[in-house]
Amino acid sequence: MSTLTDDEVTESESLPPTKRQRQAARLAEHASIGVRALLVKILLLGIVDAIAVWALFILVMKEQWVIGAIVLVVTLLANWIYFSPGKLPAKYLTPGVIFLVVFQIFVIVYTGYIGFTNYSTGHNSDKEQAVSALISSAQERVPDSPTYGVTVVENLEGLGVLVTDPDGDVSVGKPDSPLEPVRNATMDGGKAVAADGYTSLSFQQILTRQNEISSLSVPFSDDPNDGSLRTPDGQTGYLYTSSLVYDQAADTMTDTATGTVYTDQGTGAFTSADGEEMLPGWRINVGFDNFTRAFSEESIRDPLVNVIIWTIVFALISVASTFFLGLFLAIVFNDMRMKGRKFYRVLMILPYAFPAFLSALVWSGMLSESFGFVNQVVLGGAEIPWLTDPFLAKVSILMVNLWLGFPYMFLVCTGALQSIPDDVLEAAKMDGAKPWAIFRLIKLPLLLVSLAPLLISSFAFNFNNFNLIYMLTGGGPRDPLAGVNVGATDILISMVYKVAFTGQARDYGLASAFSIIIFIIVATISIIAFRRTKMLEELN
Amino acid sequence: MKVKTRSILTAGALATTAALVLAGCAGGADDSGDAAATSTLTVWVDAERVDALKDAAAAYQDKTGVEVDLVSKDVAKIKDDFIQQAPTGKGPDIVMGAHDWLGELVTNGVVAPIELSDKEGDFLEVAYKAATYDGNQYLLPYAVENLALLRNADLVPEAASSFDDMIAKGTAAGVELPFVVEQGAEGNPYHLYPFQTAFGAPVFGSNEGGYDATDLQLGNAGGEQFAQWLAAQGVAGTLSTEITGDIAKEKFTAGQAAFWLTGPWNVGAAVDAGINVEVDVIASPGPEAAQPFAGVKGFLLSETSKNKVAANDFLVNYLATEDVQTALYESGNILPALAASAEAASSDPIVGGFAAVGAEAVPMPAVPAMGSVWQFWGIAEAAIIDGADPVTIWQKLATDVQGAIG
Repeated sequence: MSTLTDDEVTESESLPPTKRQRQAARLAEHASIGVRALLVKILLLGIVDAIAVWALFILVMKEQWVIGAIVLVVTLLANWIYFSPGKLPAKYLTPGVIFLVVFQIFVIVYTGYIGFTNYSTGHNSDKEQAVSALISSAQERVPDSPTYGVTVVENLEGLGVLVTDPDGDVSVGKPDSPLEPVRNATMDGGKAVAADGYTSLSFQQILTRQNEISSLSVPFSDDPNDGSLRTPDGQTGYLYTSSLVYDQAADTMTDTATGTVYTDQGTGAFTSADGEEMLPGWRINVGFDNFTRAFSEESIRDPLVNVIIWTIVFALISVASTFFLGLFLAIVFNDMRMKGRKFYRVLMILPYAFPAFLSALVWSGMLSESFGFVNQVVLGGAEIPWLTDPFLAKVSILMVNLWLGFPYMFLVCTGALQSIPDDVLEAAKMDGAKPWAIFRLIKLPLLLVSLAPLLISSFAFNFNNFNLIYMLTGGGPRDPLAGVNVGATDILISMVYKVAFTGQARDYGLASAFSIIIFIIVATISIIAFRRTKMLEELN
Repeated sequence: MKVKTRSILTAGALATTAALVLAGCAGGADDSGDAAATSTLTVWVDAERVDALKDAAAAYQDKTGVEVDLVSKDVAKIKDDFIQQAPTGKGPDIVMGAHDWLGELVTNGVVAPIELSDKEGDFLEVAYKAATYDGNQYLLPYAVENLALLRNADLVPEAASSFDDMIAKGTAAGVELPFVVEQGAEGNPYHLYPFQTAFGAPVFGSNEGGYDATDLQLGNAGGEQFAQWLAAQGVAGTLSTEITGDIAKEKFTAGQAAFWLTGPWNVGAAVDAGINVEVDVIASPGPEAAQPFAGVKGFLLSETSKNKVAANDFLVNYLATEDVQTALYESGNILPALAASAEAASSDPIVGGFAAVGAEAVPMPAVPAMGSVWQFWGIAEAAIIDGADPVTIWQKLATDVQGAIG
């Protein structure tokens, strides 16, 4: 197969370029002329365009100008590429590039961006929303105040409320004029529903003006301490006082009970003079703060360093152990003298066939101290704390990962071994080399040339082998005296998960910073390793 | 000729594209037109309760013209999705949740207070208390969940009077384990809390606004007694970190355990396995009653909702009615939060059993500081059960929690 292609290439290269060009032109025309293909193209592009226009419509409605512009440009570009003749490389590359940008680059850039913000519990949105949330939760109902019947009314000056108090007295008020008694109101079931000079709003009308009504606040009297009447559902009203006052001009929050003034000091929350923060705050850019914290705050740094060391050890030992076991088995099963090789090979693949996620879960059950299969059946009732002793837990993780990982190595080693030409080995044998020397000096270097990139990617995979850690030990066992939520077997990625997604105090910013650190470590190790691999190829 | 065909085809291509584009346009216009004309409430509901709410949603639409769009969400993801989406304004108007989320949600500024007003008294006291956070009500409760003691009545015909009595009765029944409770390598403080309160050691002290996070009670004298009791139980083998939720369930449903401390969510499994289940008050090991945590489920209003009036109306004037609460109860078989529905539901012996225990229950603290407590609590308890020095570990726990709360 491969020789055939080579021949073709040499043949066409030896011919004059004009013929090749003509051939290519003919081919291209042939390809573009197929009516059915063209129809399929039209249909597909039509679908893409329809979706794009639909998306654009929604985006414009929601005033998402930037994303809308991007969608528009990308759609026009795609149409231009596919409707104009030629541009063959672009035609092949466009879908891939779009998916790459959406699913990879955007995610990476966004993670990077979060790593430089204070996005965490209490710093979840922007300042405007933080202010409105603070104001809304500062509304406190006046103690022992009654429930008022309310009808939302309107006159030329705007919305107001028609209020019936529990005694049946009716009054009317507007945001800028306190409640005053009304006579001759139309009553319905003990509640005033209409008054002269005002139009009453129906429930449907209320629904179309919900924002205005939910922010409608009518002072009860001239004294602001009496509170103001608000109606959460448009039918009943209550008196509220606010314990917080926002001064827009000075950009400060004042606690009316204590008189404390909270100002925006650029830390993403209103902060009092003695450093007390008012939550919710908002998201701000904090520069390299998260990275500085990771390496300077003692409670984060010490576990982080331990976790980095264990992560590297875990990934290296996992790759080495699975590789050597896989290689050993591949050599054994590659020997013609071995009987029933097919049967054994199928058996070898079994661990690979189960989802690793599930296997880890099953193993965690089997390694349980007093109920697990390993202790109960295999070891005859021994109570070995496989997963609860810090050292044994690490050993267990490595063993289970060996069990999960060697079939893959076995597969690739078998393939690579079979591609080593027999004559090389024959020649070595003729020169009097012993089997160990043949393996060490010939087979292994030849194998490594093709397997080294796989070993590096396997390292990167194990570096982030979240499933195994999470399902087997959950990062535990934890030291009850340690004072941080990091266990003996936590690797970087499971630590990131704990920082970002467990508990109530989540810190997405710090977790993203950790992700960037992981990326830097894996990238550095991979680059160094690939350089080495190149040297190996040159040796060959 | 060839060229001509191609140009016709190209024209056709453009025409088809245009047609599809216009079709897309038309679809878009229809959708947004509807949304503008009437108001639509988006409600995120966990998948199990969608059916129960469907009728309620349809009835509400008939009554008011407000469309209620029920979105079924994975329970495990509702809270995170809500926290992330509410600030963008694209989240739901109403979300189904649990009261112990309140601290986190309020700190993130994504929920708005609601006014239960005169309906307060209609709810069970524990539900109403749990709905309050920092002096405001944020939750419209629909169900109360708490632990209770399940007893295999074929093995032990009478309820136990104390923890020791329970162990004695369970041992006398001659099964493998007299009593099981879910633990695991990282402990499970939720399931041990009734025993902790029996020694008079709540997590936080409380004041009229609910729990007071500045008053940590965990490390008091009662806490130390509880720690010593835990250590003794670890030695005696009545509590073990080896018993995970799955193992506990397996032992009880197989008839190999006489008592099981668990919640209503596990009763179905025991009944299905043919166990003659009785629901008892939790046997106390200490001088005081064993009070479990109550988890209250309910509906929350989004701070960024643009339909607050309709949402308030739907929550307070509609979901708080007996019909709807009873329908929700029937779909999930946990105790309704509305007193009238709860009373009706308690005629069922199992629900009634849980309700009786629930009368003693205390709301799980919702303050965000609880996050720091959970983080250290289980690990410390697990270490004590496994044989570490109880007083040292317990005091370290109190110090760690105090340090994390700040």
